Amino acid sequence: MPLIKNGSIVDDRFVRVLDDAPVPDDFAVLVPAARLLADASEILTRTGATGVLWPNDRNVAELAPYLDRVALVTLAFPNFRDGRAYSQARILRERYHFRGELRATGQVLRDQFLFLYRAGFDAFEVSKAADAPAFIKAMATYSVFYQPTGDGRPTAAARRLAGTSVKSHHETAGTAR
Amino acid sequence: MYVYDAFDRALLAQRVEDFRDQVARRISGELTEEEFKPLRLMNGVYLQLHAYMLRIAIPYGSLSSDQLRTLALVTRRYDRNYGHFTTRQNLQLNWIKLSDLPDLMADLATAKLHGMQTSGNCVRNVTTDQWAGVAPDEIEDPRIWAEILRQHSTMHPEFTFLPRKFKIALTAATHDRAAIRVHDIGLRMHRNGAGETGFEVVVGGGLGRSPFIGKTIKPFLHKRDLLTYVEAILRVYNQYGRRDNIYKARIKILVHELGAEKFASEVEAEWQSIKDGALAIDDAFVADIRARFRYPTYEVLADDPAELKKAQAASPRFATWHKNSVAPHRVPGYAIVTLSLKPEGAPPGDATSEQMDAIADLADRYSFSEIRVGHEQNLVLPHVAQRDLPALWEQLDRIGVATPNVSLVSDIIACPGLDYCSLANTRSIPVAQELTRRFKNLDTQREIGRLHINISGCINACGHHHVGHIGILGVEKNGQEFFQITLGGRADEKAELGALLGPAVPYEEVADVVEDVVAAYIELRERPNEIFLDTVKRVGVEPFKERVYATH
Repeated sequence: MPLIKNGSIVDDRFVRVLDDAPVPDDFAVLVPAARLLADASEILTRTGATGVLWPNDRNVAELAPYLDRVALVTLAFPNFRDGRAYSQARILRERYHFRGELRATGQVLRDQFLFLYRAGFDAFEVSKAADAPAFIKAMATYSVFYQPTGDGRPTAAARRLAGTSVKSHHETAGTAR
Repeated sequence: MYVYDAFDRALLAQRVEDFRDQVARRISGELTEEEFKPLRLMNGVYLQLHAYMLRIAIPYGSLSSDQLRTLALVTRRYDRNYGHFTTRQNLQLNWIKLSDLPDLMADLATAKLHGMQTSGNCVRNVTTDQWAGVAPDEIEDPRIWAEILRQHSTMHPEFTFLPRKFKIALTAATHDRAAIRVHDIGLRMHRNGAGETGFEVVVGGGLGRSPFIGKTIKPFLHKRDLLTYVEAILRVYNQYGRRDNIYKARIKILVHELGAEKFASEVEAEWQSIKDGALAIDDAFVADIRARFRYPTYEVLADDPAELKKAQAASPRFATWHKNSVAPHRVPGYAIVTLSLKPEGAPPGDATSEQMDAIADLADRYSFSEIRVGHEQNLVLPHVAQRDLPALWEQLDRIGVATPNVSLVSDIIACPGLDYCSLANTRSIPVAQELTRRFKNLDTQREIGRLHINISGCINACGHHHVGHIGILGVEKNGQEFFQITLGGRADEKAELGALLGPAVPYEEVADVVEDVVAAYIELRERPNEIFLDTVKRVGVEPFKERVYATH
């Protein structure tokens, strides 16, 4: 499954380590949440980067104490309709100010990209290879946002009060038949 | 009316193109039906028994005449010359082709209409009092806050994939015409001891398989905190609402399982961490939204003008309609007029393309180009000069929307039922039609007085049967249509769930049973103006049960 970062398909530098396997010192590894919490002092003092596979039914507050030493958090979408990880992502970014990689995994389709990005994800493990090239286009589908989120895009309300205008091509897009 | 600005228009245009692309990918096979389903639901498109159904959002039930004309146009161009107004103040088209949908959406967008938030597990179209802004008993116009909530919930990146659908209703009046206590969140605007206006926040109300009246978790919320508090509720629900069982996924089950106090404390903890963030509402933001609401420039008029008195004296039919369908307006000399979409023998809430066009023209002439949709599935002209009432009535009568049965026994709420819906167990519309024939005599209806019958064709309760004064629920028993009858439900400020009358009765007997219940009420009431609901409250269901089951 292709991994998208900064709009391009990239190689995944993290190696998944199963529950009880030894963790190599100088590799970037991705470990399950339970393993990280159990062996935090050992895992997080290695020279290699650490990523954690965080399930969508576990409170991210448990992860908060370690976030400054974690390079990657993956959050799961078991299916398109299960939106718990959107809340987890915003809490990680906006409450705990996590600055590392936040990766969406599971059933990740192009029609979610913009929602995911706005919630704070910056890496996307896409389910369908054909969706990867559509990333840039999907990100440009909308130019107006009503809610303030951690992505920092100005809201419609902020732009109204600041007197900025909408780009003219957006106004006519879609009315031409 | 809220007038869309360039930002609102741009978003809508982009949404049309986005959906056009999704439909193209479905038609080309790039998207499977399973993948397409949540995307079409995000645009109000369902797959029903016979065809695709499109539910068009009418935010807080407010329509301009141009919007109503556009609805008429799309029903004519893409459907079968009629639409169905729903209990959520929306409009449903029942016979849509998938390939027509992108063009249909583009036509709707020309009038700032769309299908967003009318289905799927998102925050649904926010509803309010159909008399908002004109009711004499309200403390301020709740549509400002409904619009603020509409914008906040439109394509919300965190709350578009909730455990289940999420409905918010609000009222600013003493009398609750928006049924806020049977919504996921109900907001009641009121004044606190210091004279400030804010919101009582009610959560976890709802009907369906497990009906609950909502619980108050915040007696008074300041206006600045509305969005942060709603966001806190949604965030708690999004993370902890059940996703293992579709029938237990609504917020009412979470509130019930945790208990209202524990739920409130979870929300409070979440809220404390976001209440002073970017979502806190300041005065400039509210002023900006308020500035885009256009209000009529009323004339200075007196109540009860000569034209009105003359018509009342000259025409008993007009006088009867006036007494039934016209309500007081907060501005002297004006009136609120309800248009009954419940004529004898017709499906409740249906309007033809011709009726929609004609009503749009009448709104231009008599109601500052504005129309409202009420959750009782009737339409409203909210600003009619009283002197114009006789002329308006003649024209409403001509197009069949002046049946003087508002709030009477034939003003029935009904879901589409098995005639259209793939979830239904039984028919619902034919039951309503038969009841309107049984009670066709308007003198009898007035003699009976205020009585709301609500009919649902399955446990999902789209017809709000639990809160009907008489509730009728269709259930399937060994392949046969049976109906459970409840008495004493209500959806207003004293919201209550109806009590079961007794064993379910077969389709053929429903109308007989309802007639018996009504006859029993006439015998049991203490005086002619004790309404049905009060009699049930006073005597309970037992005397009704004895009477009904003795004869069946």
